[in-house]
Amino acid sequence: MFKWFHGRSSLYRALILVFIASAAPSAWAATGDPISPTNIFAPNSTPAHSIYRLSLFELEVLGTIFIVVFSLLLYAVIRFRERRQESESEPPQIYGSNQMELAWTVLPVLIVIVLFLSAAQVIHRVQDAREPEGTIEVTAVAHQFWWEYRYPQFGFVASNELHVPVSDPARPTPTFLHLLSADVDHSFWVPRLAGKTDLIPNHPNNMWIDPHQTGLFLGQCAQYCGTQHAKMLLRVYVETREDFDRWVHGQQQQANVNPAAAAGSALFVSKACFACHTIRGTMAAGQAGPDLTHLMSRETLGSGAVPNTPENLLQWIHNPDTFKPGTRMPAPDLTAEELKLIVDYLITLN
Amino acid sequence: MVSEALPLPIRKSPLAIVYEWLGTGDHKKIGLMYIVYALLFFVVTGIEAALMRIQLAHANSTFLSPQLFNRLFTLHGTTGVFFVAMPILFGFGNYLVPLMIGARDMAYPRLNAFAFWMTAFGGLLLYASFFAGDSVAQGGIAPDVGWFAYAPLTAPAFSPGHSTDYWNLSLLLAGVGSISGGINFVATILSMRCPGMTLGKMPLLAWMNLVMGGLVLVTISPLTAAQVMLMVDRYLGAHFFDTQAGGSVVMWMHFFWIFGHPEVYVLIIPCFAFISEIIPVFSRKAIFGYPAMVAATTSIGFVSLGVWAHHMFTVGMPSYGNAFFVLTTMVVAVPTGIKIFNWLATLWGGKIRFATPMMFAVGFLFQFLIGGLTGIMLATAPFDWQLGNSYFVVAHFHYVIVGAILFSIFAAFYYWFPKMTGRMLDETLGKWHFWLLLIGFHLTFDPMHIPGLLGMPRRVYTYEAGRGWESWNMIASIGVIFQGVAVLIFVYNLIQSYVKGAPAGNDPWDAWTLEWATTSPPPEYNFAVVPTVHSRRPLWDIKHPDDPDSKYE
Amino acid sequence: MTAGESAWQLPSRGRIGMICLIIAESAIFTIFIAAYIFYIGKSLSGPTPREVLRVPIVGTICLLSSSLTMHWAIAALRKDKTGVFRLLWFLTLALGAIFIGGTAVEWRHLIYQDDFTIQTNLFGTTYYSLVGLHASHVIVGLIGLTIVMVLALLGKVRREHTERCEVFSLYWHFVDAVWVVVFTTVYVVGR
Repeated sequence: MFKWFHGRSSLYRALILVFIASAAPSAWAATGDPISPTNIFAPNSTPAHSIYRLSLFELEVLGTIFIVVFSLLLYAVIRFRERRQESESEPPQIYGSNQMELAWTVLPVLIVIVLFLSAAQVIHRVQDAREPEGTIEVTAVAHQFWWEYRYPQFGFVASNELHVPVSDPARPTPTFLHLLSADVDHSFWVPRLAGKTDLIPNHPNNMWIDPHQTGLFLGQCAQYCGTQHAKMLLRVYVETREDFDRWVHGQQQQANVNPAAAAGSALFVSKACFACHTIRGTMAAGQAGPDLTHLMSRETLGSGAVPNTPENLLQWIHNPDTFKPGTRMPAPDLTAEELKLIVDYLITLN
Repeated sequence: MVSEALPLPIRKSPLAIVYEWLGTGDHKKIGLMYIVYALLFFVVTGIEAALMRIQLAHANSTFLSPQLFNRLFTLHGTTGVFFVAMPILFGFGNYLVPLMIGARDMAYPRLNAFAFWMTAFGGLLLYASFFAGDSVAQGGIAPDVGWFAYAPLTAPAFSPGHSTDYWNLSLLLAGVGSISGGINFVATILSMRCPGMTLGKMPLLAWMNLVMGGLVLVTISPLTAAQVMLMVDRYLGAHFFDTQAGGSVVMWMHFFWIFGHPEVYVLIIPCFAFISEIIPVFSRKAIFGYPAMVAATTSIGFVSLGVWAHHMFTVGMPSYGNAFFVLTTMVVAVPTGIKIFNWLATLWGGKIRFATPMMFAVGFLFQFLIGGLTGIMLATAPFDWQLGNSYFVVAHFHYVIVGAILFSIFAAFYYWFPKMTGRMLDETLGKWHFWLLLIGFHLTFDPMHIPGLLGMPRRVYTYEAGRGWESWNMIASIGVIFQGVAVLIFVYNLIQSYVKGAPAGNDPWDAWTLEWATTSPPPEYNFAVVPTVHSRRPLWDIKHPDDPDSKYE
Repeated sequence: MTAGESAWQLPSRGRIGMICLIIAESAIFTIFIAAYIFYIGKSLSGPTPREVLRVPIVGTICLLSSSLTMHWAIAALRKDKTGVFRLLWFLTLALGAIFIGGTAVEWRHLIYQDDFTIQTNLFGTTYYSLVGLHASHVIVGLIGLTIVMVLALLGKVRREHTERCEVFSLYWHFVDAVWVVVFTTVYVVGR
């Protein structure tokens, strides 16, 4: 087995191995199994795809460099060991060689040029892309520790779940995100859809995605933003055009009015809740916390912290720190009955 | 080996000894104080890391609260850079530079002491924060803003109380100490060389500490400036980083990284120095390409000043801005690679002796290569849009900081401990230390790249299950055990060898630079007679009068 | 032993040390200048430079002249003219003090008359920080000048101390050079 690696031809064999090894990710990606829902090597959108192709090329180049230099180092430390039988004389002293210095300067410079140009191409393709007709525009505002999504084209505000239509490469309908922050620095990172872009106060940013397949894509905030940075999760629902339109239509409606939950609804605007939360169609128009107009259309609470069930909702309102210690929502001052009434009201908000 | 009776020290009262060390300007004593101080904080940093790795071994762990975890990673990074790496490298530099250039002390002995004590107080101030506040077990009011303390997280609105101030002020103090140290290194190396030692004949360690010292002057000062701005914002109501008044938090990032990137070169260049001294001696060959090594190090120093925004690829700079920093960052890889090739060429055709210093030096070479290559991946902006701020970055920089910097520091310990104390470190314990550390290092930091590739961001006190991150995190946490044991063995080796190690003599390694021409440990005045040199390896010339270096240089 | 050894000359460590300090300080000032320039025109409210700043011509002339008097003072000391040295050194100190006095008067006017402070807006923040940073360096220089003045009056500064005074003068010239940059940035470019 080791003989296979001896001699100069072993270098070629090693290079072949590197190429095979780097083909492995592409081969496995073709099987469709992403291994992890947040795998950067399982792209589902052009920005992520461009990065993926660039990364494969780069891994091949760097892998080759690694094999060559590693082998030379390994060879040197084995071949030139001091052997006990040898005399006490010192080996020939070699002070340097201008040709070698030139060679191992010029070659790396060439590699740098190639890598730089490949990178520059992708930078331009991603950052300087233009918005085609049919683009969905979303303004994402990051808060400590949740996400606000405004859909100006459709006139509503959603929270914590981003819904976008799937994009057909023949007639693309990408989603362009305008990125803002209400407080500190955050970062939007859904690896299978795009590289991350930061949301920085007083410094608007832009990014875009054009998912090729439907599904739920996960991610999370990727710039340390305070105590609950770890649970500022991202959920992007890529839907067929019909499903997306249906969701939009639902979100555009004002909040459900259910007479059975009138008591809870009244409590909501008389206790502190309305000061932070908006429920469209009621007097609650607070901006500090997530929009709750269609709370029950979401699958999680606390931006991915726990599943959205009535039990969790009750516990969350009773003491948000149970699920997300250090979250910005204070535990409201409610009696057990008031709490139950409010929860009964909230679970009607589809 | 004939056992030599070491001279008995003169009996001094404990108080006299304390006073002597507190007030000394002797570069050797100050060097040792830096090193011991750094070792203490090294253990602290390790404990912080171990706690975090226990928390991260499982998804959704509740071993640590988020508040405590956030304080731990802030302290771990801040301590590691400012109170472990910088002091230990300043310590070795202080000890070795005057000896290697044939001088009796640094240019400014009192400034030297001042620099050490400023750094020392800075570290104590930072950790005082642990004991301020209500609960030591919850981390007191230690800073929790990350070691780069991005605005506006550091604004009074988002960091109420004084935790951020501990970060700010302790580093301001340490920064003054570092700049003072930088002044001292440059002045010493330029103005205090012994006769015959032109710049072209001084050891590479002297060259590299010269570059490091010069770099410190323009690296730490931007951080000092930014920290003054932060202080003025927090206490005088100024608006440098106040977005409500139109301020820019991106400006903090620029200023911080204008410091932060060259800072990592401040850390690695003295390590290059150790390797450049150790590899030749244990290969029994002169360093290959001395002028190229000098040129490469100097150009790294300069180019490193122009790469900082590769830490900001996701911040929203325009495409040409991103492209520019891709280019400069990749360019700095060229002289770095040149150095690796020159070390390789030094090994080539030599007679390599694998004493413990050399084992750590060879470990450095392999690990620095890998860390450098993952660095090129991160330098590629689009790739960084995925990998940045993820555990891939954490793996990359620990590869360089632990795998390269720490390994080379251990190499330096085993190589120069005999000179500093007159006794050899135990080789058997040294080999145990090396192998356990090697295993532990790779167990922790090799798998750590993978969660980054699978989407795990950094600075998270816990993570979701089902993302494919758990097994890799568990393996990484197990590696800590090996590293911890390795460090314990090292500390034991230090103490045991100091007390009853084998006597070293002047020149136990058969080396070639001036520090080996005097006793171990050297007398306070270093050399009885200031030497005159004629080549880069004065002791080689003496040992090989028929074939001196001066014939070939 | 070769004849070349007797000519073993190395740069003076005082000079190198001071130059290193100047390099580090220059980097600090560069960052403050960068912030100043970046924030020109970006204040959301409050007075603009044109509205409140009055160009400190007198102070500037005094400060820059003090470099000249410092230079002459050292030339005098080198020629062992200690009386002339003391006079010129005193002039340097006085001119520097006038500059600081002028800054103090200007700031009093800005704060009490124009209600313009470091908290007012971005311009206030960057102006007071930058000019204040420079002023603090002038004050440190004045302290050094005073110490030497006292020693000189006691007759303890003689020709053999010329080099040390020269090293100190590097700091003073640096402070003046920084003022040229700060002045241009604040009163010319930024107005």
